[in-house]
Amino acid sequence: MTISFLLLAAITIIGTAAAMTLKNLVHCVLALSLGLVGLAALYMQLGAQFVGFTQILVYVGAVAILAAFAIMMTRSADPAVSHVVSSFRASGALIAILVFAVLAWATISGTSAQPILTAAPESSVGQVGAALMHRFVLPLEVIGLLLTAALIGAGILAMDEHRGNQNRGTR
Amino acid sequence: MTGHLVTLDQIFVVIKHWLLGFVPGALQPISSAILSVVPVVIAFPLLFAITTVLERKGLGRMQNRYGPNRAGWFGILQPMADGIKSLTKEDIVPKTADQLVHFLAPVVMVIASFLVYAVVPIGRNMVIADLNAGVLFFFAIGSMVELSVFMAGWSSHSKYSLLGAMRAIAQMISYEMPLVLASVVVIMAAGSLSTVTIVNMQAGYTGIWPHWYLFTPWGIIGFVIFMIAATAESNRCPFDMPEGESEIIAGYFIEYSGFKFALFFLAEYLGMFATSAMAITFFLGGWSAPFSFLTWIPSYFWFFAKLLTIICAFIWVRGTLPRLRMDQLMNFAWKFMLPLSLINIVGAGIWHFMPAGFTRWGVVSLLLALSCVLLSRGLRRNKWFHVRTYRFAS
Amino acid sequence: MLGEGIVKGLAETARNFFGSYVNKERLTTVQFPEERLPQIEATRDFPFLVYDGADPEPGLRCVACQICEKECPPKCIYIVKSADKKPDATGKAQFYPAQFDIDISVCMSCQICVEVCPFDAIKMDVEFEMSSEDRFGGLLLDKYKLAKSNEYYNKIHPTEAGAVDAALAEERAKAKLAAEAKAKKDAEIAAAKAAAPAAAPAPAATPAPAETPAPAVTSAVGETK
Repeated sequence: MTISFLLLAAITIIGTAAAMTLKNLVHCVLALSLGLVGLAALYMQLGAQFVGFTQILVYVGAVAILAAFAIMMTRSADPAVSHVVSSFRASGALIAILVFAVLAWATISGTSAQPILTAAPESSVGQVGAALMHRFVLPLEVIGLLLTAALIGAGILAMDEHRGNQNRGTR
Repeated sequence: MTGHLVTLDQIFVVIKHWLLGFVPGALQPISSAILSVVPVVIAFPLLFAITTVLERKGLGRMQNRYGPNRAGWFGILQPMADGIKSLTKEDIVPKTADQLVHFLAPVVMVIASFLVYAVVPIGRNMVIADLNAGVLFFFAIGSMVELSVFMAGWSSHSKYSLLGAMRAIAQMISYEMPLVLASVVVIMAAGSLSTVTIVNMQAGYTGIWPHWYLFTPWGIIGFVIFMIAATAESNRCPFDMPEGESEIIAGYFIEYSGFKFALFFLAEYLGMFATSAMAITFFLGGWSAPFSFLTWIPSYFWFFAKLLTIICAFIWVRGTLPRLRMDQLMNFAWKFMLPLSLINIVGAGIWHFMPAGFTRWGVVSLLLALSCVLLSRGLRRNKWFHVRTYRFAS
Repeated sequence: MLGEGIVKGLAETARNFFGSYVNKERLTTVQFPEERLPQIEATRDFPFLVYDGADPEPGLRCVACQICEKECPPKCIYIVKSADKKPDATGKAQFYPAQFDIDISVCMSCQICVEVCPFDAIKMDVEFEMSSEDRFGGLLLDKYKLAKSNEYYNKIHPTEAGAVDAALAEERAKAKLAAEAKAKKDAEIAAAKAAAPAAAPAPAATPAPAETPAPAVTSAVGETK
């Protein structure tokens, strides 16, 4: 429990908690980015540099920007947002606590509670790449297909409107 | 290299170790970090100041006029005048703007812009942090700039800034793909993500010719793609649609005045220097000399010479080309640059697996030239003009 | 060829850049306060009043007809006519402006006052560096500031001034001739009136001998001017 771990954990928790509770949507997105950066820093502290930087590249650089685009396109982040006071607050909190308890039990009992004494293998990028190409090639290809499907779907959605407008215009 | 030349080359490293000798043992890591960082933090903003004068005077000469020549001898003190101006200007924040986000946007952008210099090797043994995944770090931090652009555009609560931010982010994410893919070829050739390794692989010589990756067919195409994408990433002409001065006046930082504007300006130029520095690292051999008989000149000199050459090229292009329209920009990125960079990767792969000699030059060059020509034809064919019919016109 | 236009453009700007150091044509800037471009003759900035001779007071051509004041579109001229008359360059007694103000912060240099002046009294000056720290008084020029000599006018607009001088000289010569003719006629009538009672029985013969002493009489009248 070093000081750096506590600091990074605090940043992550504050960021994600703020992302859930803030009223202004843009503030939520930015707080989420902060939480994700904290998470990336935690990965790096564990020695997984590749995963940490990829987390920043993908989550902060792409996912947060995606959320930002959604907000900008729909202009749904007016300051005067409705005060969302859900009537399911109590049951929601209960479910959240239950899920957290299950996850914590699984994490603590799955990996042993005492620290791992053997040195973690130096995972260089080359090894990650080799593993992706040999052992994990099927998940890699499946993810690739999934992303391609998402791209094509987005293209079709955008293109359909354009073609629809064109047809209406020329008739 | 003889002893004195080695010392000259490593003078900054020697000074740093000497200064570290005065520091007690417990504080050594942190003072080592500070001593590495301080020269970079001084050198690159100084380069920024010089670049602003160089750019204005260079553009002026290209446009048949003098640049600024009143502040100091030939205008050399102009950045000081600009600095005083931006520091003393009133800082106006719109009343309906999001105060916290409006304040944080330039801060995030400057932080991101400074952070990327941690992996740039400025000279032999002169890099702040030799990360295993240095290149990935560069692209990851570079993508944080887009977040700050969004923050700036949104928080200003103005139509122009929002529009500028949307365009800027769309442009930046479109051109980030060719940028990353153009560097993938270099990573493939060097076999590592560490910038120091990439430069060390290019520091050898056969005869007098260096081993730079620029002198390969996939290297030339990769360099061109990287430079075009770097121009687009830093929102420079001909890709400065987001901050088109004659159109939406300053785009996403229209509501910023005084020092915050100066910070945005600084961050943009620092981003330009950083991507140029990475281009030098990837394709132009970093700090290595162009010919083997010139290695007696210190390595950091070569780095800055190459950087200044690229900056002059940026200024030259800015003075020449008109601004691209948004749809032209996007077409160019997705229909030309992206396929070309993918084909470039294929070409680099072929290069790697063929034996050295003229055949592999011929094969890869043919592949790349053919794809350039066909893709550019495809880009131009997109302009179909059909007859417009109006629904209510009789 | 792909990229040909860009390369040609880059070559052109490079030519401009290096050419600006060696070729005067590629660097057309004039460093303003130290160097100035020569002004063309038809330059016009703000009006001024012309006076003939060395002294502005009697030589001022303006007769306070107030036509320029009425015609000025932004109404920047303010004239107060004098109560008395004084002789002008041709000797005729004319009014003169007791006060003639032009507000150059309002004047738009349209030159309408110059076009309508029947006496060639107001013309356009070429001086434009007239900024002052006094926003109102410093930009209101009165008669004494506006009056400049005909020599100055000849210097700044030579052909125009030459034409004006020639026209004025011609006018004055014509006026002189007309005045001489008139004086001659007056003398004739006076002589005829004087000779009428003497030549009462022969009225038809009086016009003929009246012609001959006329030149001598008119020349004597002409000298008195």
